[in-house]
Amino acid sequence: MKKEWPLWEVFVRSKNGLEHRHFGSLHAADAEMALENARDVYTRRSEGVSIWVVESKYITASNPEDNGELFEPAQDKVYRHPTFYDLPDEVKHM
Amino acid sequence: MSEKEIKNLEEIFEARIARDDKIEPKDWMPEKYRKTHIRQISQHAHSEVVGMLPEGNWITRAPSLRRKAALLAKVQDEGGHGLYLYSAAETLGISREEMYEQLHSGKAKYSSIFNYPSITWADIGAIGWLVDGAAIINQVALCGTSFGPYARAMVRICKEESFHQRQGYEIMLTLSRGTEEQKAMAQDALNRWWWPSLMMFGPRDEDSPHTAQSMKWKLKRKTNDELRQQFVDQTVPQADILGISVPDPDLKFNSETGHYEFGEINWDEFWQVVKGHGPCNKERMEARVGAWEGGAWVRDAAMAYAEKQEKRKVAKAS
Ligand SMILES: [Fe+2]
Ligand SMILES: [Fe+2]
Repeated sequence: MKKEWPLWEVFVRSKNGLEHRHFGSLHAADAEMALENARDVYTRRSEGVSIWVVESKYITASNPEDNGELFEPAQDKVYRHPTFYDLPDEVKHM
Repeated sequence: MSEKEIKNLEEIFEARIARDDKIEPKDWMPEKYRKTHIRQISQHAHSEVVGMLPEGNWITRAPSLRRKAALLAKVQDEGGHGLYLYSAAETLGISREEMYEQLHSGKAKYSSIFNYPSITWADIGAIGWLVDGAAIINQVALCGTSFGPYARAMVRICKEESFHQRQGYEIMLTLSRGTEEQKAMAQDALNRWWWPSLMMFGPRDEDSPHTAQSMKWKLKRKTNDELRQQFVDQTVPQADILGISVPDPDLKFNSETGHYEFGEINWDEFWQVVKGHGPCNKERMEARVGAWEGGAWVRDAAMAYAEKQEKRKVAKAS
């Protein structure tokens, strides 16, 4: 075999009103085949109403090594949450 | 990285698993964890794919359209299971081609049960009931395993498996309520598939040196012998309902423990089949290698077509 079929990531919207969610991956020669294979592999039991496929090489992912830098700063920003604010119990609907 | 740093990372890693954190592909992991997972997940994938062969044997000869549609759907599911698992293994840095190569060269193993022949229609019933039944027990235990992509594949697979076992049992039920010949077919299939099904749980605990490590990584939640016992306990009453008997003279219910006691497994046979000397090892590999080699020109043609279309698109755009 000359060349392995590229890898694609599959995203499926399970029903209208919900977002597309990552379902898995598969190999296919081109986008059209990736869509057809995704339909056969991931929606055999009415799991979806819409499919996106994207070649895996186009996804840029954050690196777990950078998790501290990226996500820890959010931890001491408690004032971004409603519970940070002290209001008397008499205040309703807030 | 110094040895001390690695040791430190390993400790953090083990602690994460202990508190039920999932490990994702890009996370740091010990080499042994990566290798063990590539081996187990790819062998699991191979089992799904080779497992299509004994059942595929009967698709064209299923006794009714209803049975044919169900069997076709089941075999298609198994192909899908193989794909979910190959994808999970690929996230650990092995290519699909490499895994196929390991299967085809005999370097990688697959479940030995698929090296037994499916010689009558009743075997399709017995496979669904017993082989999928045993697989479900193994796979349910893996839904909580520590490697995220493997655990997610297992959850999907377990959802799909339950119909497999039910369709098999329904075949057995129909046969065992049919003519004398049909009932005899059901009994014969149970006779031949019972012991190989018990072997699906692997060697006895005392002959299974990696159990402790696998437990730690949650690749196992119960030992081989515990899972095997669970299978016997749940399956014997199902055989009773069919009115056919489990081929084990030593089988008896122990009312004190609440468990069935059963006879000794033929471990020589088990190791023979694992080492490649089962009734169908050669045939199965010939079928797989034949499909891969015979399909090469199709894969190449599809790739060439995709490249040509891509070039055309680029040319048009410029
Ligand atoms: Fe399966
Ligand atoms: Fe199955």
